[in-house]
Amino acid sequence: MSVAVRVIPCLDVDQGRVVKGVNFTGLVDAGDPVELARRYDGEWADELTFLDVTASSSDRETTYDVVRGTADQVFIPLTVGGGVRGPEDVDRLLRAGADKVSLNTAAISDPGLLETASRRFGAQCVVLSVDARRVPSGGTETSSGFEVTTHGGRRGTGICAVEWAARAERLGVGEILLNSMDADGTKEGFDLEMIRAVRAAVRVPLIASGGAGSAEHFAPAVHAGADAVLAASVFHFGELTIEEVKNAMRAEGITVR
Amino acid sequence: MPRVVVLDYGSGNLRSAERALEHAGARVEVTDDHRAAMEADGLVVPGVGAFSACMRGLLEVGGDKLVDRRLADDRPVLGICVGMQILFERGVEHGVAAEGVGRWPGAVERLRAEVLPHMGWNTVSAPSGSVLFAGMTPETRFYFVHSFAARGWGDAGTASEQRRSVWAEHGEPFLAAVEDGPLMATQFHPEKSGAAGSALLRNWLETL
Repeated sequence: MSVAVRVIPCLDVDQGRVVKGVNFTGLVDAGDPVELARRYDGEWADELTFLDVTASSSDRETTYDVVRGTADQVFIPLTVGGGVRGPEDVDRLLRAGADKVSLNTAAISDPGLLETASRRFGAQCVVLSVDARRVPSGGTETSSGFEVTTHGGRRGTGICAVEWAARAERLGVGEILLNSMDADGTKEGFDLEMIRAVRAAVRVPLIASGGAGSAEHFAPAVHAGADAVLAASVFHFGELTIEEVKNAMRAEGITVR
Repeated sequence: MPRVVVLDYGSGNLRSAERALEHAGARVEVTDDHRAAMEADGLVVPGVGAFSACMRGLLEVGGDKLVDRRLADDRPVLGICVGMQILFERGVEHGVAAEGVGRWPGAVERLRAEVLPHMGWNTVSAPSGSVLFAGMTPETRFYFVHSFAARGWGDAGTASEQRRSVWAEHGEPFLAAVEDGPLMATQFHPEKSGAAGSALLRNWLETL
C-alpha cells in the first residue's frame, strides 16, 4: 500500500479556450476546457492543471467560468495557476471550484504571499510553481547552479532554485511544481539533476515538469524523487496517452492508479 | 431522492462536495441553517486546513450541537477530511492540542512520513460488511490530501463492536474512514475521487 504517483495533464487556457493544439479524435470542441477535462478524467488522469495564459486581466473573468464549469462536471483535483497576484485571486479561484492554486511570479516579488495564502486557505491548496534553469554563463552563480526565472524562462533572477523551494516550504506551501526551462520543449526527458537537487531540499510533494517526449521519460523522474509528473503538449497532441505513461511507469515498478 | 445538507461553516471547496453529491443522486443544499440541517436525510460536514481553525468555524455555527442532535436521533452524518478529524477528542498541531467534538476517542496528529502532505490516490483496507466500501475491490484508490490523521483509537484500544475501522498507510497506518452507526467519515475526499468517490457517495446515500 502506497500512494500512487500522479500523472497530471496541464492545459493552457487563454480567454476561456484551450490553446496549444489538441489532437484528440472525436472531440466536439477541441478548445473547450470542460470537454477536455472530462476526457482526461475518463483516461484516468490523476489531477488536472489549468495554466491561465490570458494576457489581459480584464479577460480573466473567463477563467473563473472555466474553473466553475470544470469543477461542476469533473470530480478529480484541479489546480489553477497563471496570473495569480494575491490572496483575493486565490480565494476567488478556490470558490470557483479549484482545489489548489499555484503561485509563481507574484511569490518571487512577495514571498510573504505564500505564508499569507497558506495560513488563510491551508497548505494543501497552495502550490509554488518554480520555472528554473541552469545558470547561463555570465549569469549570477547560485549555490545549486540552478536559478529561478521569470517571463517564461527568458529572465534570470539570480535566486537559487533549490533555496527558493526550501524557503517556500518553510513559508507553508503544500506542494512544489518544478518546471525545467532548459528541458521544456526539448522532448528529451526530464531534468533529473534538478529534480534530485530540489527533492533533497524539501519534504512536500514535488511535481516534475518539462521535457517529457516519450512514455519512458517519466519513470526516471520518479526515481529522481518526483511524486507526480506533469506534461502538456505530449498529451494534447495525442502523442502519448495517460495510460501509456502509466503502463511504462508500472513496468518500472512504480505504483500508479 | 435523498436530501442532503452540506454544512457551510466557511471551510473547504463546498462547490465540489455539492456537485459530487448531486452527481451521486442527492438533492443538495449548502447552508448553516440548523432547521434545514436537522430535517435533511443526511448531513455532510466538510473541512480543509487546520484542525483548530475548522473547529472554531464549526463552533461558530453550532455545528457540534447539530452533529450531537442528529446522532441522538440516529440521523446520518458524514464527515470529510478535517470534517472527520474534528470528530475525535483532540487535534495536536505543532505541539498544541485543540479540543474536538469528541465523538470518538483519540487524537489527530501529524503523520510520520517522508513526504507530507500525503497527497494523491491511495488504497484502503475496509473490513467485510463495510457500508461505504461495499462492492469495491482492495485496488480501489481514493484521493487524499492531509498531513494529520487519527493513527488509532487512543486509550480506548481497539475499535468498539459497532465501529468499523478502515485503514490506509502513508509512512504509518492511519484511519482512512470510520463507520459508526449513523456517524461515518472519510479522511480522503470522495468528492474528488472520481468514479470511486462517486460509488462511495452513492453507498452512503443508500443508507439515508
